[in-house]
Amino acid sequence: MIPAPFAYARPTTVDEAVQAIAEGGEDVKVMAGGQSLIPVMRLRLAAPETVVDLGRVAELRGVRDDGDAIVIGAMTTHAQVLADPLVRQHAPLVAAATETVADRQTRHRGTFGGALAHADPAGDLPACALALDAELVVAGLGGRRTVPAAEFFVDYLTTALEEGEILVEVRIPKLPGEWGMHYEKFQRVAQAWSIVAVAAAVRREDGHIAEARIGLTNMGPTPLRATATEAALAGADATVEAVAAAAGHAAEGTSPSSDLNAQADYRQHLAQVLTRRAVLRAAGL
Amino acid sequence: MTQISVRVDGVTYADDVEPRTLLVNYLREQVGKVGTVVGCDTSNCGACTVLLDGVAVKSCTVLAVQADEAEVTTIEGVAAPDGTLHPLQRAFHELHGLQCGFCTPGMIMASIDLLRDHPDPSETEIREGIEGNLCRCTGYQNIVRAVQHAAGEMSGRARSDGPASDRSASPADVDTAAAPHAVVRA
Repeated sequence: MIPAPFAYARPTTVDEAVQAIAEGGEDVKVMAGGQSLIPVMRLRLAAPETVVDLGRVAELRGVRDDGDAIVIGAMTTHAQVLADPLVRQHAPLVAAATETVADRQTRHRGTFGGALAHADPAGDLPACALALDAELVVAGLGGRRTVPAAEFFVDYLTTALEEGEILVEVRIPKLPGEWGMHYEKFQRVAQAWSIVAVAAAVRREDGHIAEARIGLTNMGPTPLRATATEAALAGADATVEAVAAAAGHAAEGTSPSSDLNAQADYRQHLAQVLTRRAVLRAAGL
Repeated sequence: MTQISVRVDGVTYADDVEPRTLLVNYLREQVGKVGTVVGCDTSNCGACTVLLDGVAVKSCTVLAVQADEAEVTTIEGVAAPDGTLHPLQRAFHELHGLQCGFCTPGMIMASIDLLRDHPDPSETEIREGIEGNLCRCTGYQNIVRAVQHAAGEMSGRARSDGPASDRSASPADVDTAAAPHAVVRA
């Protein structure tokens, strides 16, 4: 099936884009790479009046060094993120998760910002943004504002983006010290969504785990931090036993859904197993 | 209607399209490139894969208007002008990298994309590299062999081993679990 008819706008700057959204009528959809939006429109689950295509907004693409953070433009494709040396160096967790997103074709079109703004609970990048305490810069007619990742993901497919706003760029702080990072994803078949996945960043110091940050994918309507496990790991011995004990708390406070892929209790089991694996890998154990 | 200008397999086309027109439908119905097929219409199968400005995309998940001012290469544009097949086309033919053949255009376009980034891929890299393409005949063994063979040929390695390496990859020698017909012929 092909999408229902819509009006099409193709701005070339952020200012033009927010203007096009304001003038687009009642039901406007912003298209980044289109890898989620076009399938949904093809199924007629969405039939927007206007599509504002950000594909030609050059200022939204690319990764830059901004001193204490790296900044990923919202329209930077997954393939560009994967190839970027700044991401590899300062946010290898993002690279590791991006590598698992869909397939090569989809990674050529799909964008980092689009994946965050879409906020699918099974998407891989929201949990990474949350674990790394990213800040999301959004623009609207009234100007720009910055939203911490912890406040950006509001509910199922729902973010803090207000009507008429677009995501411009994502600031990922450079973490001081020596960090290991790993993304552990559980899926049944190739190119599938995560049933559960765990994003882990671990800082080791003198045989101990000094600090751990753990993001959970698909353990609720939004990405979550495994705060109980993070607390248990802070200052813990860098041993397999200590990590396993801490990972046992990974499902605390989660409310995963039950669907065709997995029941909620199975997802909670997976969260513990995958957290153990992710932290062990990130800690180099 | 929106006017677009797209270069497809070396020829520039200027056309009016509805914004909702999918690139695959534009290619098939307006340009006539029916070598690019629609397999699933749900972004899963990869049969409609083409190169858009040099990289593989699923043309059922791109709007034709997004390809404005871009260069598209379809399966119909990968052979040499004199008709000499692309090494991947030849490898799929010689190594029986297809059964019903419906996934083949997409498999070859995805493999061209893969080999550009990984000229000498391992078997695992090939399987992961073409994970966006489904073969419902499940003929993956020979598809992987064909990609390996073409990779060797394209980088000038395959012929150096002489006929033995060709023979080891011939369809008659594939393992019987993957290709039961080989048993019948034996």
